[in-house]
Amino acid sequence: MKLLRELFFPLVAVLAAFVLGGIFVWIIGDNPFETYRLLIGSAFSWPDGIGYTLFYATPLIFTGLAVAVAFRCGLLNIGAEGQLYVAAFATAWVGIKFGGTVVDVFGTPVNYSWVTLPAVLLVPLAIVTAIVAGAAWGAIPGVLKARFGSHEVINTIMLNFIAIALVSYFTQYHFKQAGDPILQTVPVGAGVHLPRLGSFIPGLPTRIPLNLAFLFALVACVLVYIFLWRTKWGYAIRATGANPTAAEYGGISTGKQIVLAMAVSGALAGMVAVNEVLGYRYRYYDGFSANYGFTGIAVALLGRNHPVGVLLSALLFGMLIRGGIFVDAFSGKVSKDLVEVLQAIVILFVACEALFRGSFGRFGLLKRSKV
Amino acid sequence: MTEIFTIALIFSTIRTATPLLLAALGGLYSERAGVINIALEGLMLAGAFTAAAVTHYAGSPWAGLLAGIGAGVLVAAIHAVACIRFNADQVVSGTAINILMTGVPAMLSGALFLSSGSTPQIPRDDLIPWTPVVLALLLVGVTWYVLYRTPFGLRLRAVGENPEAADAAGVNVNGVRYSAVLLSGALAAIGGAYLSIGQSSLFTRNMTSGRGFIALAALIFGKWRPVQTMLACLLFGFTEAISIQMQGVFKPWGEEIPVQFISIVPYVLTIVVLAGFIGLSRAPRALGIPYQKEK
Repeated sequence: MKLLRELFFPLVAVLAAFVLGGIFVWIIGDNPFETYRLLIGSAFSWPDGIGYTLFYATPLIFTGLAVAVAFRCGLLNIGAEGQLYVAAFATAWVGIKFGGTVVDVFGTPVNYSWVTLPAVLLVPLAIVTAIVAGAAWGAIPGVLKARFGSHEVINTIMLNFIAIALVSYFTQYHFKQAGDPILQTVPVGAGVHLPRLGSFIPGLPTRIPLNLAFLFALVACVLVYIFLWRTKWGYAIRATGANPTAAEYGGISTGKQIVLAMAVSGALAGMVAVNEVLGYRYRYYDGFSANYGFTGIAVALLGRNHPVGVLLSALLFGMLIRGGIFVDAFSGKVSKDLVEVLQAIVILFVACEALFRGSFGRFGLLKRSKV
Repeated sequence: MTEIFTIALIFSTIRTATPLLLAALGGLYSERAGVINIALEGLMLAGAFTAAAVTHYAGSPWAGLLAGIGAGVLVAAIHAVACIRFNADQVVSGTAINILMTGVPAMLSGALFLSSGSTPQIPRDDLIPWTPVVLALLLVGVTWYVLYRTPFGLRLRAVGENPEAADAAGVNVNGVRYSAVLLSGALAAIGGAYLSIGQSSLFTRNMTSGRGFIALAALIFGKWRPVQTMLACLLFGFTEAISIQMQGVFKPWGEEIPVQFISIVPYVLTIVVLAGFIGLSRAPRALGIPYQKEK
């Protein structure tokens, strides 16, 4: 019953968003049913539909968890976007500097490395770099809030722009191959590539970029659950989020919890780099993130800031991103921007929970769940 | 030569500051009334798209501007209803509006103009390159007057600082907040319209490119006050203008200053001022807190 109650409201929000989105499609002059058939139907084909859906869901699981952890501490991390950019660049840097000889865009072998590390050392080093870089960038607004009381929302917004500008600078001026028309770094060494799941699963071709990072994302869901509900740090974070004054009275240093929650949040966002750099493009590509950080807010809200909910809503949004490509290609007037519209409406409905509580609340289906 | 350079730079500063100033003044009304408005970016986009599309069809930039304002008010109404009527988290609602407004104009321009997110070019004669600039500067004075010299301004500040006391004094707290948020939609939309039918001659996808957030930064840097906010907008406009002027000209150590370094100046300054290093920037006390009448 508890599960049903938890699931009921998000489902209503999604349904309401689809209805409104459908009306919008109809106003534009296209067939909503055909559009939704393209949008959702294309996600279930094997291997492409499912493979790509899971691939697109991977970064959203990480950013969704990132937003959820911060939210449990009473913080809104709008900075996942910046955190994942910093992490992606740092990860690529490790892959370039320790990855050994690579083949450049013109097909000639070049060695940019200081030393060539074997894959057993290099892969863990790159993953740790992603985590640490994300955590460090995430901790900045945490420290600013704990030390100076400045609002994390404004600071994370500002740090997003700073992060994007800085990594773009380093890419353009120091790590781009001369003559490459694309703003991207040189490739990382082959030793740091994560295997694609197609190498293990029969019937799944390796051209589909679904890789080991997806399994890491599933593990991260479990770890976040254990961290938040089975450790004393998680308890302190949730206590801070629920009632900072009471937590302070109970002997919890709320300032430390804010920094810790933001660092963990940033680390999770940083894991997007593992999927992107080590599993997909094998280099840092400027502007790669399709708003993963902001979609993470929708994922976390819809998933009620719980790892299981985050996983489910990340799969939903992964499906929509995959379907959006088909809508773009095969529908007359509707573009893949419909996905953004649906996403925004979902966020609005989830944020306006009171809207639904007014009419459904009296049946006792929607008692406000305490964070 | 140097003089022309200077005058050109002043004009270019004012022109780049204009959309920031209009959006920041919009944000000022909303935030002084206690409603966080990180939706400025989305409101600007609503204004920019509608103004360009209507100017294209109607052939009149004034019709376009009015329609743009209408669109801004309409989108702001969503934010207002979510935040005031349904007690939604104001940052979350603002984020949703921003995402919504990257999607909706792109979808509409795809359907109306069969383009991937832009409107057709508007003839040069149908542009309003200077009116919004003058308007923005005038509005600084108007906003100062309204805020500090009129009953509405007093109520606005009261509901942002101490809604309980304002309510006890007979002020309709949520009514004032509604008007403030709608007003912010109108002003941000003029800022957006200036981008599409003033500075350039069409709407392009995400053409605000973060200006709504720079406006928000200017508002905080200007300590939520009209004149200081204007100075902050001019400063941020200046950094953008000079980075354009300096390209290929100014080489302090034999090389250009990378444009990325100049572009982050507003953001860094905002973080610094918010942390209290350059004077204290204090937000309205009830900012972000929905007001519920005691029952």
